[in-house]
Amino acid sequence: MLISEQKPMEEILASLHNEQNIFLIGCKGCAEGCESGGEQQVLELKTKLEENGKTIIGYTMFDMVCDEPLVKTKLKYINDKIEPADSLLILCCGVGIQTVAALTHKVVHPGCNTLSLGGAHAEWREAERCMECGDCVLDYTGGLCPIARCSKHLLHGPCGGSHDGVCEVSSDIPCVWHLIVDRLSKQGRLSKLKEFKKPKNWGLGLIAGSPKRLQEGVPIRDGKQA
Amino acid sequence: MESKLEKILKAGHFAFTGECGPPKGANVDHLKEKISHLKGMVDAVNITDNQTSVVRMSSWAASIILLQEGIEPNFQMVCRDRNRLAIQSDILGVYAMGIRNMLCLSGDHQSFGNHPEAKGVFDLDSMQLIALVKKMRDEGKFINNEEIDVPPKLFIGAACNPFADPFEFRVHRLGMKIDAGADFIQTQCIYNMDKFREFMKMAVDIGLHEKCYILAGITPMKSVGMAQYLAKSVPGMDVPESLIKRLKGAEKGKVAEEGIKFVLEQIEEFKEMEGVAGVHLMAIEWEHRVPEIAERAGVLPRPKV
Repeated sequence: MLISEQKPMEEILASLHNEQNIFLIGCKGCAEGCESGGEQQVLELKTKLEENGKTIIGYTMFDMVCDEPLVKTKLKYINDKIEPADSLLILCCGVGIQTVAALTHKVVHPGCNTLSLGGAHAEWREAERCMECGDCVLDYTGGLCPIARCSKHLLHGPCGGSHDGVCEVSSDIPCVWHLIVDRLSKQGRLSKLKEFKKPKNWGLGLIAGSPKRLQEGVPIRDGKQA
Repeated sequence: MESKLEKILKAGHFAFTGECGPPKGANVDHLKEKISHLKGMVDAVNITDNQTSVVRMSSWAASIILLQEGIEPNFQMVCRDRNRLAIQSDILGVYAMGIRNMLCLSGDHQSFGNHPEAKGVFDLDSMQLIALVKKMRDEGKFINNEEIDVPPKLFIGAACNPFADPFEFRVHRLGMKIDAGADFIQTQCIYNMDKFREFMKMAVDIGLHEKCYILAGITPMKSVGMAQYLAKSVPGMDVPESLIKRLKGAEKGKVAEEGIKFVLEQIEEFKEMEGVAGVHLMAIEWEHRVPEIAERAGVLPRPKV
């Protein structure tokens, strides 16, 4: 089970700044189990967003969002519903958010932070996609994770070693920051990258080394039970 | 005591900085011998921090040896080997010992060096390191907002590689470093002059040269082998085929002289190039040739400020 929790409402609203029509995606897998992205949470978030003046043009549940072939097929069915949306807000783990980001040209926003993959690596077998950092940055990186995929985990890339789209460490590793610049350029959101990102709090997920979960599988944050 | 490099740049002089790698050991005599060639020839000497991820004497210790020898160091720090605690305590330490310039870098990845099994730290990146040094200096606060008892007043440097990809984004990343707090920039070694001219034009067009001093990085080629190695094996280097051809065309025993001629031509162009405030000469393991290069480049004597 992948452990996620919903991002604070202020952060979600900030990420939707200047966007009106939002489409919500929830997950019938781990996020439902964590009560961070099941149908009930999607509907609750829909209400809260509407109270904050947003228009929710629709929502859907995937089973599960990390399952690339499944998401690909289902996105095709609902393409005309998603198309009018300014962006997609996704409630699931970092792997699922990246699955959707990779399969659509739409802007995606993470609605959850991933605290732990619980030993599982979801359904995306091609490469490491999420490092359980507990403070998802996929919003400003166009749905491509620099924590998991940049050799230096940079928040302000690409570094001076990026060449012809590959990482200085190995020509087998795509430079994720090059991909991020390309994707945000295509979306007209490159200004996102020019903002300074504060030093990351590495103590929220498993990267810091200390388990952040109680034995019951309940996510905790900053030492307090959520 | 203030940074001499800062005073030279502020006075509008064309700056000339050098570079030296600390020894692979505690051989102080060897370090002193190398830096003796740089004394009076350059305004400050960059002391590299485990460059290419190979363990050497710590950059802060070697910087202090420079100070003792009457040479101004430009203390380099990489994010690869330290977390934010060590970063901040080292900054306090170097300032306490009289160091006034600091170059903030992410650092080459550990897999390149002689300890590829090491865990890279990268708690902060170079952008955040720049902002941290600025915060410590200007706000007198640590990254956690606690007050600093006597803040370090450092002249903040950053690096820029105009030859990495994606090219169009490079100038914006430079702008971000300047916004984060960089006072001066030293670029990656320049060999592809066409690309550098294009890059500087973009930087000048958005006014970056007015917010920050940009020093053009150069390294003389000692041999054809070196040029080929840099072209193929060093990340972020752009060595045009035309330069390799030019070196190959030099008379027997005259390749190094051709390499020096190339950097002298570069320096002449940089003196006139809009937005370039000086030159950073990285004569790797060639410190003894720096006096000759400085003399022939017409940058001596160095200004007294």
